[in-house]
Amino acid sequence: MAKYQRGDRVRIRVGVPPTHFRTPEYVQGKRGRVETLCGVFPNPESLAYGGDGLPAQPLYTIEFSQTELWANYKGPTTDTLLIDIYEHWLENI
Amino acid sequence: MAENGHENGHGHGDNAEYYSLKAEAIQALLIEKGVCTLDDILTMADRIDSRSPEDGAKVLAHAWVDPEYKQRLLADAESALLELGYDLPETAPKLTVLENTDDVHNMAVCTLCSCYPRAILGRPPAWYKGLAYRSKVVVDPRGVLQEFGTELDAAVQVRVIDSSADFRYLILPKRPAGTEGMSEEDLAKLITQESMIGVAQALSPDSVTAS
Amino acid sequence: MPKVHDRGGWPNEDPIDHSEHEMEEWERLVDALNGVLGEKGLKNTDQLRRAIESLDLKTYESLAYYEKWTAAMEILLVEQGVMTTAEIDAKMAALKEGQA
Repeated sequence: MAKYQRGDRVRIRVGVPPTHFRTPEYVQGKRGRVETLCGVFPNPESLAYGGDGLPAQPLYTIEFSQTELWANYKGPTTDTLLIDIYEHWLENI
Repeated sequence: MAENGHENGHGHGDNAEYYSLKAEAIQALLIEKGVCTLDDILTMADRIDSRSPEDGAKVLAHAWVDPEYKQRLLADAESALLELGYDLPETAPKLTVLENTDDVHNMAVCTLCSCYPRAILGRPPAWYKGLAYRSKVVVDPRGVLQEFGTELDAAVQVRVIDSSADFRYLILPKRPAGTEGMSEEDLAKLITQESMIGVAQALSPDSVTAS
Repeated sequence: MPKVHDRGGWPNEDPIDHSEHEMEEWERLVDALNGVLGEKGLKNTDQLRRAIESLDLKTYESLAYYEKWTAAMEILLVEQGVMTTAEIDAKMAALKEGQA
């Protein structure tokens, strides 16, 4: 079962494991909003080493305000960024 | 064949020579060991070659002329593609179409590698895979748009989509003004590879009638 | 400092190079090999990514796209025991001899 739903406010976890993961550092620690629950997918952190990817992870599209990501963002405050993040990288605010 | 004739060059040419030889060696060993056949490789190469931006443009032009099709495409891209005869391989990542409107301009990137809707557009352009685009577009999307000659009003929301996981994003560009009477086939010619990534708008109709 | 492949927001003043790279035949084959290995269950996309990410910064930045893929395929095939580095080196030497 997916833990979050559309509209929920979340923060991206901070961490740089030495192994493979798909959460870029520029979104880590940043606060965003769940835009879409994309479905449930095998975990790439396991697939990358030949594992079965289980337990599968809910995957969400998270939307951030650009000004949340970059302190000196040059464009309008309405500009945003979307990125797909697996549930175990999300935390409640 | 190598373009750098330098004795001690460490340029791209040297790397290419070394890695092309390595690739050839790997290929030969895979065939010798019975892992795959040459035919497997050539069939796959043809399959990859068979996809191109023209396929994406055809689909998106159809969405321009048929509003109900557009809704189906935005809701479930894979089923909508199948309607037009594009059966994406089961192994291909999921596809989502994002619509550019008067209010929102979407543009796609993969900052971590080179994720791209290959199953419908074929191979990505070189700049899409390059470090400059991947580094800059998330932090300065409007600057990148300018590099592509794309000017957007500040009132238009720019939305960058970083395709980091199991989905690939195809952008449906805004239908340009003055295209009301055009055929679907001519409309497709306005939909460039750059416009389907979102770094440019669709071409203006003059560019087609002029050619 | 993010990992070598994690490029979003890296300081970069380079203009975007719009010139298209003409695909060479060997690159086309690497693309195809990658697809075939995927179909045979010998690698998945995340394994390929993980292998590319294991390259050091200098290698990551200096190799062209399909050169990185080739380096990564070698890592994965050797790791899975499909072939050895020695076999690849020997085959490369033989191919080079044949070309000469």
